[in-house]
Amino acid sequence: MNKQIISLVALLLCMPCALHAQRIKGSDTVLPLTQTLSEIYMNNHPEATITVTGGGSGVGISALLDGTTDIAMASRRIKFSEKMKLKQSKHEPCEVIVAYDALAVIVNPGNPVKQLTREQLEAIFRGKITNWKEVGGEDAKIIVYSRETSSGTYEFFKESVLHNKNYMSGVLSMPATGAIIQSVSQTRGAIGYVGLAYLNPMIKALAVSYDGGKNYVFPTVESAVKKEYPVVRPLYYYYDKANETAVMPFIRYIESKDGQAETLKLGFIPR
Amino acid sequence: MKKWIDIIAKRIFTVSGFVTSIVIVLIIAFLFAEAVGLFSQPVIEEGYVLALNKQNDVKDLSALEIKDIFDEEITNWKEVGGKEMPIDVFRLEDLDKLYTEAELGDEYQYAGAKIAEQIHSRPGIVAFVPASLIEGQKDINYIDDNTIPVKDVLLGAEWFPTATPSPIFGILPLISGTLWVSFFAILFALPFGLAVSIFLAEVANPRVSKILKPIIELLNGIPSVVYGFFGLAVIVPMLQRTFNLPVGESGLAGSIVLAIMALPTIITVAEDAMRNCPRAMREASLALGATQWQTIYKVVIPYSISGITSGVVLGIGRAIGETMAVLMVTGNAAVMPSSILEPLRTIPATIAAELGEAPAGGAHYQSLFLLGVILFFITLFINSCVEVVSARNRLKR
Repeated sequence: MNKQIISLVALLLCMPCALHAQRIKGSDTVLPLTQTLSEIYMNNHPEATITVTGGGSGVGISALLDGTTDIAMASRRIKFSEKMKLKQSKHEPCEVIVAYDALAVIVNPGNPVKQLTREQLEAIFRGKITNWKEVGGEDAKIIVYSRETSSGTYEFFKESVLHNKNYMSGVLSMPATGAIIQSVSQTRGAIGYVGLAYLNPMIKALAVSYDGGKNYVFPTVESAVKKEYPVVRPLYYYYDKANETAVMPFIRYIESKDGQAETLKLGFIPR
Repeated sequence: MKKWIDIIAKRIFTVSGFVTSIVIVLIIAFLFAEAVGLFSQPVIEEGYVLALNKQNDVKDLSALEIKDIFDEEITNWKEVGGKEMPIDVFRLEDLDKLYTEAELGDEYQYAGAKIAEQIHSRPGIVAFVPASLIEGQKDINYIDDNTIPVKDVLLGAEWFPTATPSPIFGILPLISGTLWVSFFAILFALPFGLAVSIFLAEVANPRVSKILKPIIELLNGIPSVVYGFFGLAVIVPMLQRTFNLPVGESGLAGSIVLAIMALPTIITVAEDAMRNCPRAMREASLALGATQWQTIYKVVIPYSISGITSGVVLGIGRAIGETMAVLMVTGNAAVMPSSILEPLRTIPATIAAELGEAPAGGAHYQSLFLLGVILFFITLFINSCVEVVSARNRLKR
């Protein structure tokens, strides 16, 4: 009798590990990808439960630090200071690139400009070029839209296009990608940036050149997959090394052929 | 038995009163503690240093100078009080381009030595690197790292909370943006609000006001994000066309949305105050031969002025503290507003947009708490003004 109770208790204690309960938290950019993939994964593995929540890259990493998540999603690389903090509290962060995301520079459809070089983009977002006629457009003021500073997209665009310099202070910062699209579609002189998956006929994407104007590449999934389009960022998962065995099955699924095919279907670039 | 119920009820009220007051005081104390912490944060991002070649004797750089150096606006050491020498900016990420993975070591254990090598060989260098990496390396000069000066925050005109190496927390554009938008919102809401409340309380026939009042109160129940979306999709393009603006997201769009949002509060409170004017006073005035209009502005309004002002203040409070709607329509550009037709950024919008990703306990996080404290003081000031006004009115009477 006693033995039975003990084994029952032992079984109950083991339940959580048997269920593969996992918590994933972090970047809103990676969120739709993780959500869809985890649903498919749970359908194929009925014993697994995965909870996915957003909040932002920084939120995910600090949750990893507090131990309130098993995997942190991030649309930017972990900061050195965050890595130091994790190491100090005896966590060993491991990094996996799950997919890539391309950023498209967008303007109003009524704007005749079709292409810009990285140098011109830098000058525009830093407020050095303020009129469209300086880059071959009509005589109109350039209205620069950006994301809020909390966004991983903001950081990535700053790193890739502005080479870590600061945006000008007069840049209009919008709380969400949807708001940027809305504003750019109704403002003739507007310029902004959004993830490739958000492109639609209300706005016009620009071809971008990273080699000083020799080759302009238009942002499409194909050109991004072929690595021709330059404004592409990796999307990361971070997990604690001690937790590796628990999180690996799901990560391996993402890296599998099926997972990568789903990734492409969602408008992200597979690794 | 009855006595016991009395005692218990009394106790419950006392305890809940005390607990609530203590919680409120604790919240305010927490707000202040976090905000004051900003001024003990270093100018340069925590854990990092700015390292110089040992021949370079520049010691002090303000946050603004550091930002301009790393933005390549300042390109010669002469401009910041050093020798005639071009500035050579070095970031940690540049290390990968100069050395191979093998040279740096798989745990980056040689990175410190390699950085020191760069610093020694480049005279004009300013290297932004983690302090722990180059600890113990010799012959390196450092920029003195002071704490963030109060003056730079309160009087600073630039808001770059995520700039590296040194974030800039000038809150002046945010404060002026908030006041500017709220001022215009009240300018629009006040005449309309008063007119409507006078109409409802005095002029309209009872059946009309019975229908109108619930409709106006319904406006109060619409979530602010819906107002924001309405503003972005309707008011912004409308302003753009009317004033032929290059950009529609502006302070004016914000104040119109806020005015619409503040109206129901002003109307409801002011109308209730006017309805409370005793029938006897109204009838006395009419009996003396005053017209209805004379009765309204000589008797009813003076009698209910304290109710009207409190309605206005509640309206202002709503306008100043409103977050979501403003976040969506004002464009959020952190510049000093020079006209109401330009984009601007308010304090609540800044807190809402940035707090989610500000690392807890960091300078950015604390600066947002400081903004909260300032917002608190602005509303405190407005509330005290009302107290003074209504106290004076009471004395007059």
